[in-house]
Amino acid sequence: MSPRAIDRETPDRLYTVTHGRVLGDEDPFDLVSLIVAEREPTPGMQSEHARILQMCHAPTALVEVSAELELPVSVVKVLLLDLLDIGGITVRHPLPGVTHTDGPTGLQIADHDVLKQVLLGLQRL
Amino acid sequence: MAFNDSDPDDAAGDDPGTGLPGEPGSRARTPLRKSASHGLKIVVVGGFGVGKTTMVGSVSEIRPLSTEEVMTEAGRGIDDHLIASDKSTTTVAFDFGRITLDSKNVLYLFGAPGQERFWYLWDQLFAGSLGAVVLVDTRRLKDSWYAIDRLEHHKVPFVVAVNRFDGVSSQPALNRVREALAVADTIPVVDCDARRRESSKQVLISLVDYLTGLAGPVQPAAAAGLP
Repeated sequence: MSPRAIDRETPDRLYTVTHGRVLGDEDPFDLVSLIVAEREPTPGMQSEHARILQMCHAPTALVEVSAELELPVSVVKVLLLDLLDIGGITVRHPLPGVTHTDGPTGLQIADHDVLKQVLLGLQRL
Repeated sequence: MAFNDSDPDDAAGDDPGTGLPGEPGSRARTPLRKSASHGLKIVVVGGFGVGKTTMVGSVSEIRPLSTEEVMTEAGRGIDDHLIASDKSTTTVAFDFGRITLDSKNVLYLFGAPGQERFWYLWDQLFAGSLGAVVLVDTRRLKDSWYAIDRLEHHKVPFVVAVNRFDGVSSQPALNRVREALAVADTIPVVDCDARRRESSKQVLISLVDYLTGLAGPVQPAAAAGLP
């Protein structure tokens, strides 16, 4: 199975990919944030950045980018922050307030409209 | 091999049906529509080998993909510990599939390992998720206890789905599962055959029906944006 490839990576490679940078407290991404490329790769660009731009011609979820690049989610987030900084991508975040926790049960509950759309989509499967 | 940190799931073992991930190289990505704008999450959680990947694969429009997250003992994504020593890091694999619901909404299904050590991943999966399916094997009910405890802690609504490998369904058995797992009467406990698309689809519909009930009646005041 393909993800085993990551296991065989040395930490050095992950260090190189991110140039040792770490994801700080700033983490604007969700696993299902949809990434959209806004420009073409440029010559000399780091290969991972270039691959992300190619891959995200159509909206692509962060986890799909991670699976395709065979890099851990947190490493991909660092790469995406780079691209965000140079305007290379835009991000379609999950709907804010898709869930809230102030119901009588105290549970994290999605909005009615969202649930209705999900139900209709599932019924069409 | 029983278990290790990098192989927490049931992808390779007991998956005779659909959705077994292919070999590297067979990949052909299916892009989303340009109009796709809202990613949504549902998490399928359960013990080792219970069929999480099978369920994800049976309803997914893409072959289930697998990716990884790196956790350190401190729980950060990456930091100096990763570089300094691999002893303090754990790599956890998880699988996911995708269902395009309509032109804008895309539902991602995550198969999450249910063991305690993966709490950092759970935080990411549960944040903003619609809800969860706890997939259980009646022969190993206690594998589900920790998952249910964490879902309750995270305030994530869930349904319980009993994976019937033999296809035999029985209400008394479901009642026993409910009792053994000590889940509230209000929480649906359903049968399924995770290998079958229609069956897995019905589990997801039960979850969304349950969530809709929890959300309560549509309130005109809320709809109008009033406090």
